[in-house]
Formats: sequence, C-alpha cells, structure tokens
Amino acid sequence: MSQATVKINHTSNWSGGKVPLGASYGKLMMWFFLLSDAFTFSSLLIAYGFFRATAEPGWVNPEEVFQGIPFILEHGAPLVFVGIMTFILIFSSVTMVLAVEAGHRMDKANVIKYMILTIIGGAAFLGCQALEWSHLIHEGLSMSVNPFLVPGTEITGSTKFGQLFFTITGFHGFHVLSGVVINILILEMAMRGVFERRGHYETIEKAGLYWHFVDLVWVFVFTLFYLI
Amino acid sequence: MSAIEAQEKGLHHVHSSKKEIWKIFIVLLAITVLEFLIALTPAIRGAMSYTQVAAVFLFLTVLKAYYIVAYFMHLKHERINMAYTILIPLMFIIYLIALLMIEGHS
Repeated sequence: MSQATVKINHTSNWSGGKVPLGASYGKLMMWFFLLSDAFTFSSLLIAYGFFRATAEPGWVNPEEVFQGIPFILEHGAPLVFVGIMTFILIFSSVTMVLAVEAGHRMDKANVIKYMILTIIGGAAFLGCQALEWSHLIHEGLSMSVNPFLVPGTEITGSTKFGQLFFTITGFHGFHVLSGVVINILILEMAMRGVFERRGHYETIEKAGLYWHFVDLVWVFVFTLFYLI
Repeated sequence: MSAIEAQEKGLHHVHSSKKEIWKIFIVLLAITVLEFLIALTPAIRGAMSYTQVAAVFLFLTVLKAYYIVAYFMHLKHERINMAYTILIPLMFIIYLIALLMIEGHS
C-alpha cells in the first residue's frame, strides 16, 4: 500500500491508483462467471420459447401437468407444489443475504446460523424437485414421450415438452446442487474460523452472489414453464 | 486484507440493513402471490388475451429479477461502472430474442 500514500489529484476512477470497478478480483470474476451463466440459461430458455411457439401438435396446459402435491394430492391442486418450491428458494435467498449481512458485522455465530438455514432451504428445494420429477416420470413423461393432451383435443402434445422440461429444470437443479455443496464448504470454513483470521467474510458474499443467481434463474423458469 | 485496507482501496460499500432485506422479501413474496392470483383466477385470465397474460407475467418476472439483482446481489450499491459492465452485455440476450422472433415469423 506504499504507493497509495502519494497524493495525486485523480478525477476519474480509471486514471490509476484506485480499484476502478470498486470490487475485488474474486467478486468481479464471480460476476463475470454469472454473466456467462446467464447467457447459457437464456439460450436454453429462448430455445424453449422458440420450440414452444412452433411445436406440433401444440403445447400442453401447465395447470394440467403440474397439479399434484406429493404424498397429499395426486390431482386438483394446480401450481401449489411449485409455489411451495418457489417460496423455499426465495426464503433461502433471504437467509443467504442475512448471512452476508452478519459477515459484514464479523458476527460468526449468525453467519453459521444463516448458512445452515440456507443449506437446509437448498436441500429442501432439491428434494421437492426430485419428488416432482419422479411424479412426472410416473405419469409417463420422458425425453421421447409426452402423455399430456393438448387442451381441447384428444392428441398428446409435442415431445419437446419433456425434453425442454427435463433439460432446463435439470440444468437449474444441478446449479442448486453445486450451490448447496459450495455453501457446505463455506460453512465448514466459517466454523473453523478461516474468515475470522482473514479479517473479512467476502467469500460468503461471493457464494451469496451465486446463490441469488440460482434463485434468479428459478424466477424465470417458474414463469416460463409453469405460469405462461 | 483487513477492513481498513479494503476501505482504502475503495472496496467499501453501503451494506444492506436487515430491515431492507425483509422489505425486499415481502415485495418478492407479494409479486409471487399476485402471479398465482392471476394464474388461478379464471375471471382475471378470461378478461385478457393469452398474449396480454403472458406480457403481465413477463413484466412481473423482470420486476422480481430487478429486486433480486439490485438488492440481494447488491448491484444497486455497487459503483455505476461495475453495474454497466454487468448489465450492458445482457443486450445480447434481447438481440437473440429479437432474431429468433424474426426467424420464427412470430
């Protein structure tokens, strides 16, 4: 930091002596990774929109496909289960920000508490997704078979429904799984006091960025697959 | 790097308070509930065409995305250069949507 003591009158963030983007290397690289990931997910979701709009012989009605709640109801409760999943993921996002906030205050006990809650939320979401997948597979949905009828007709919908559904929710679910693994590793580091010795909890912030991104993607998957 | 060093390097940020976090949670929850109401009430759905319903859902989704990115991912409190670095490349996504809509004659 010896150069920093030299007083130069800088007007721009880019004229040297400052971190121009105001973010550390690791955080910036996490943002760039998320940007690239955003492109991957957009490609998948835009392809979904394209295939859905051009599908023969038509698309299924999501309210008809997603109307069960595992262990409680087989039929007749459209979108309720996915609503629970959405709530779980948004709530785990909140506990993640609370962990980041506790990290800023160097509050180790609260960081650990909120990280554990976030991990539980992620695991619960994955469990729900596994239940939903197995439910749909039992109904006969697969990459090559679509048992659901096009609304108002007697013909089954385009097989692209299963392909896109399993690919996109699978890709998202794998991101959630990675997020849970990352969060467990970071929780273990926080418990060992690694961040306390380091003097800051920025690693929590980086993992938090990833975790919120996963939530962000789910917001889009939820709208495009379940609502529209 | 200690907190003081971080501050000297210009890495210090305004941190979100607990109150703000819960406020954003309520907002996200309210938007989600509103989406469910629209999806499950035939009266609301029947009053609009399919395209209009889809447009409303997409608008609410982008609104939720804004709150997550701005407050949970903290982009609103980052330096403006940083926010532009992340947000401007997203134009390519809009470009891809436009291209495929033209190609798909929709």
